[in-house]
Amino acid sequence: MSPTHRYGSDLGMNTVERLSAFAQTLRAHAVRMVHRSRASHLGSCLSMADILACLYWNTLRIDPEHPNWQDRDRFILSKGHGAAIIYAALAERGFFPVGELKTYCESGSRLTGHITSGVPGVELSSGSLGHGLPVGCGMALGAKRGNLPFRTVVLCSDGELDEGSNWEAILFAPQHELDNLLLIVDFNKIQSFGRVKEVLDLDPLADKFRAFRWAVREVDGHNMQQLADTFAAVPFEQGRPSVVIAHTVKGKGVSFMEDQLAWHYKTPSAEQVEAAMRELGVDL
Amino acid sequence: MRTAFINQLCTLADTDEHIWLICGDLGYSVLEAFADRFPSRYLNAGVAEQNMTGVAAGLALVGKTVFTYSIANFPIMRCLEQIRNDVCYHNLNVKIVSVGGGLAYGSHGYTHHAVEDLAIMNALPNLIVAAPADPIEARAITTILASHQGPAYLRLGKAGEPVLHAAGTKVELGRAIQVADGSDVTIISIGGMLGTVLKASDELRLQGIHPRILSMPFLTPLDTAAILDAAEETGAILTVEEHGPGGIGTAVAETLAIHGHALAFHPLRLAKSPIKVSGTQEELRSAQGLSVEGIVQAAELLCRRPHSAVIR
Ligand SMILES: [Mg+2]
Repeated sequence: MSPTHRYGSDLGMNTVERLSAFAQTLRAHAVRMVHRSRASHLGSCLSMADILACLYWNTLRIDPEHPNWQDRDRFILSKGHGAAIIYAALAERGFFPVGELKTYCESGSRLTGHITSGVPGVELSSGSLGHGLPVGCGMALGAKRGNLPFRTVVLCSDGELDEGSNWEAILFAPQHELDNLLLIVDFNKIQSFGRVKEVLDLDPLADKFRAFRWAVREVDGHNMQQLADTFAAVPFEQGRPSVVIAHTVKGKGVSFMEDQLAWHYKTPSAEQVEAAMRELGVDL
Repeated sequence: MRTAFINQLCTLADTDEHIWLICGDLGYSVLEAFADRFPSRYLNAGVAEQNMTGVAAGLALVGKTVFTYSIANFPIMRCLEQIRNDVCYHNLNVKIVSVGGGLAYGSHGYTHHAVEDLAIMNALPNLIVAAPADPIEARAITTILASHQGPAYLRLGKAGEPVLHAAGTKVELGRAIQVADGSDVTIISIGGMLGTVLKASDELRLQGIHPRILSMPFLTPLDTAAILDAAEETGAILTVEEHGPGGIGTAVAETLAIHGHALAFHPLRLAKSPIKVSGTQEELRSAQGLSVEGIVQAAELLCRRPHSAVIR
């Protein structure tokens, strides 16, 4: 039996307000990390902050003191360029010291600009898109056939749904009735070099997943209550993989970064960092 | 070779419940042996090699030893990035098996010619790259790869290759197999060319040329010691492979250069240009000198060249 304290549902202290506060803290970390390292992908980080806070402080059955606990839920960040904020989540959750976040993208640091395994709590390195879901399918299949209790959660971007590999996996998961698999799409409507609508329109995305025999729910990816309730309802249907299409805003939480393609690339100036901190209501 | 492989994999899977086999919708009349016996550890992933390889990585991440299986270039090229990032970078227990290496699917056309696979796979980190010469090597290497912690590429021929080695021949990871000793020239082959090399060796002996014959099934880890011994003891080296540049010829040349050996050397291999005509494996090989005559001729030429002094 797995110790119950490891289950997110028992973290009764984590009210919606607290989860939202965690999300703001993660955003603040990401802003400071990207600024310090002159890195990019800040918009991508901010759009999934609420999703990550909900997963790491509520949904996922994990134990930071035993990162390799056999029955832990597996979380794969397929949009590996959102590295700053996932490192922040792992550090704040206790997988490694928060102080190490300062080394993000510095010479010799293990915290590379795309999520890299070897960092405690990271299940899979990614960076090239379209890799997370197939690997997640393998983990879920292993659990299913081995009667193992863990669940597999994959978070991908909208842009990476252009990749054919994802659609191979989207065919595969219902074929093998992987109802222990959850895919979350961070649907912020902007991809690397254009709006999703203008590059390769995904609409109607929910219908596409339904046609591929997934159980689909759409949520406001910044509404913590909706996220928590929806993740708790997985699997939405017995025998089918679940997908949550989370409608999000790229750059969410910092007004001048919101819904701007430029913040896929730009590094905030010192003044912009201070403005962002004021808006986030957090100072780190 | 594919029969030797699947039989051995079944034997191993009998005692090792972690072994899985995933195919990319190919393997008719071969994989049934495994699928019927171990249905819960078998999977046809469909015509979807990227997902197949990602799934294999995911299974390996939860403790399985996964063999992926397809033909020619299919299990390595479409999914090259999955092999590099998901499998090799994470040093996972995924063993990629290709059937029909080289020109085994000769008449099928260039799409089915696996003639760059060794070079491409050999560029990747953590990966064992192996191409057995006969069923005995194939069986032994399957066993080696199954127990090795980490990824591997196994290039097999098709079916019906003759047994070339004596029963009980020792096959070890990263070691060449000396099939015959000689002092005039060393012929190093990888994979399915060994049979032709042995026939050429018989002819050479009739002409008074005594070649040392090394079967070198592992491109990585490479048996550097065997190459250097051959350089010092036989003074000339001929490599033979059913593959273009970047295979065993390249690896041997690099080894010799790094260690300061200037000697008579020739890589007998395929040209770096697609074969655009149909033909049997034998015909396509022969057209580029990968024949008994071609090997004899190349070896004779090397023996006639003045041996350079060994520079150390
Ligand atoms: Mg996007």
